[in-house]
Amino acid sequence: MSAAMPGRAPPKKREWSWRSGAFRGLVYQVLAVLVIGLALWFLVNNTLENMRARGIQSGFGFLTQPAGFDIGEGLIPYDALDPYWNAFLVGILNTLRVAIVGIVMATILGTLLGVGRFSRNAILRGLCYGYVELFRNIPVLLQLLVWYLVFTEILPPIAEPISVAGLFYLSKAGFSFPVPVWGLGQGLSAIGAVIGLAIAWGYRRWAQRQFELTGNARSLFLVPVAIVIGAALLGWILGGAPTAWSIPEPGGFVMEGGASATPEFLGVLLGLVFYTSAFIAEVVRAGIQSVSHGQVEAAGSLGLSRGQSMRLVILPQALRVIIPPMTSQYLNLTKNSSLAVAIGYPDVVSIANTSLNQTGRAVECIAIIMLVYLTTSLSTAAFMNWYNKRSAIKER
Amino acid sequence: MAATTFQPIEPRAAPVATEGFVPWIRRNLFGDWKSVVTTVVIAALAVMYLPDVANWAIFRAVFAPTLDECQAARGAGACWGVIAKFYRAIILGRYPFEQQWRPELATLLLVGLLIVSCIRVFWKPWLVVLWIVVIPVFFVLMGGGMLGLTPVTTDQWGGLPLTIMLATFGIVLAFPLSILVALGRRSNLPAIRSLCIVYVELVRGVPLISVLFMASFMFPLFLPVGASPDVLLRVLVGITLFAAAYLAETVRGGLQAIPKGQVEAAQSLGLSYWQTQRKIVLPQALAIVLPGIMNNFIAIFKDTSLVTIVSLYELTGAMSLALNSDANWRPYKLEGYFFITLIYFAFCFAMSRYSLWVEKRLNRSRLR
Repeated sequence: MSAAMPGRAPPKKREWSWRSGAFRGLVYQVLAVLVIGLALWFLVNNTLENMRARGIQSGFGFLTQPAGFDIGEGLIPYDALDPYWNAFLVGILNTLRVAIVGIVMATILGTLLGVGRFSRNAILRGLCYGYVELFRNIPVLLQLLVWYLVFTEILPPIAEPISVAGLFYLSKAGFSFPVPVWGLGQGLSAIGAVIGLAIAWGYRRWAQRQFELTGNARSLFLVPVAIVIGAALLGWILGGAPTAWSIPEPGGFVMEGGASATPEFLGVLLGLVFYTSAFIAEVVRAGIQSVSHGQVEAAGSLGLSRGQSMRLVILPQALRVIIPPMTSQYLNLTKNSSLAVAIGYPDVVSIANTSLNQTGRAVECIAIIMLVYLTTSLSTAAFMNWYNKRSAIKER
Repeated sequence: MAATTFQPIEPRAAPVATEGFVPWIRRNLFGDWKSVVTTVVIAALAVMYLPDVANWAIFRAVFAPTLDECQAARGAGACWGVIAKFYRAIILGRYPFEQQWRPELATLLLVGLLIVSCIRVFWKPWLVVLWIVVIPVFFVLMGGGMLGLTPVTTDQWGGLPLTIMLATFGIVLAFPLSILVALGRRSNLPAIRSLCIVYVELVRGVPLISVLFMASFMFPLFLPVGASPDVLLRVLVGITLFAAAYLAETVRGGLQAIPKGQVEAAQSLGLSYWQTQRKIVLPQALAIVLPGIMNNFIAIFKDTSLVTIVSLYELTGAMSLALNSDANWRPYKLEGYFFITLIYFAFCFAMSRYSLWVEKRLNRSRLR
């Protein structure tokens, strides 16, 4: 730039005076950092001094010592002689298990309830509304406790369970259901499904590109689904088409065969699912309502059917509004799973609480809890942000 | 001209009625075949199961606090007598019986002030003064030890007063902090901005229960050797820090909704940063996010039930404590749960209605 440009002030020299905004900003920041730093130093110093005064040992060394307590249920083998880190691992997996199953179930139930609010049937509409208002206005801890009470007090004892078709049993011992006996056929079937998923993904991309090039629309849903199911079926047949199922049978004291979910797990799961689905229903309703009516009318005037306009016009636009609040609901559900400690489901908080009481290392145990949840929250948030960016409006 | 006689044509059929009871039923319950099926299925389910529910809850239920009748009706009818017997212990916790007028009065004061604070006409400077007066009065009434009131230690506080107190003070104390954090997060100064972001994201990333564990196990370590503040105070600090992070995000939403022109206009009038925020931005932003603040309050109100886990007997804890104290009555915990569920629901539902009402009012002014 030449000096001929009028109205352009010469570059300012840094001004070391209180009148300069930049200087004041610098001072404020230095002050803020100093104050926070001093406060942290004060807290850490006090903590160390307190620990010395009370003879509390610190450090994560205890993680390799034997835990010495039993855990009711877990996804990996564990016994009381295993070290603490193993117990924490069991707890983390239990947290993830209840969170993932809960998220899937709450999404399905919540979406149904949210769509139900738009039903043409007044009773259905009213029921969905009543459900949402009831379940989101009761503390989730209370719901957990009530479900747990129902499972441990109200249901019949294990000797005389409630049975559905002789396949499913509900009793104080929890919920038992049949599972296929795992064999070669099931393994091949799972491998087939994974391969089918990859092929279906490739097909979808190819079909989409073909559509953009030639305008010939191919099914983007039915054909990929058929590919996945076909591949899984092929694997199953190759493995000799096994049909053996392990069916639960009520014994005197335990359920024999099948698979079971414990009352603790079910209490946490049902409490979380019923509570969160009320919020998800509201998220879905708000998302659908946010699509302007003109869009629906435009879709109709282009000749799209009701289903097509829902799938191709309304949902993609509603999804954009739905995803951010849905993410925070998923994170809420995961964080609320920490309430499992109240009913004795061995999640990570519960394990940490037991370890804390046994070893007295409060700082370390609470740090582990926070670290686990922070990692889950931040990684979920990162993934959902990526997905959100993908489905955002592509603007110039 | 041929004589033509008047030939009336057929009268047109009356238009189909679309207003009134019967057309409403036809449209909303039997609109198409799917709707008909839904109505029939729901009606069938109601006929099948509602009588059982009604029998259990009303017709075969025992309302008198007599143990024998409750035990006789066990399995067939509810025992609401358990509530008639224990309602004082459930609502007021372990507070000494002859002093129970104190938590009642203190809670009424607090709830009254909360209601007054929700009405816009009263948003005047004296409201802040009133809060500053009522908070110590509440603690004096509850704790005693002066003005001739018997001292009652905080471990005896409990029930609904504790729930309301934790929620109210949690939000009220978090409010100023959250405004500072929200402003800090939108500040131009990178160090302050990152401090605020780290605080908000850290707190929002962890569950409340871990914050409460921290308040219960770690706060005593944080303070100088020998100082050991009351567990109630520690939990209140934990809840405040937790609520402030969520509230800050709500307030930030309001700040973002204020058009930039407002700030620029204020600056061109020569207002300083704090004058701009105090006189121009915050009044508009806070009015917009009032429903959001209310939702935060509802969330905290429900979350106070968690302090049971760190041995403070608010409503949920007081109920368990009252019923566990008597082995004969312990089997009727479900009825006790229903009772406190009703209390929680009444409070939360009323607050969410208020929040909706405010939202509607705000939109009305926006729509013109």
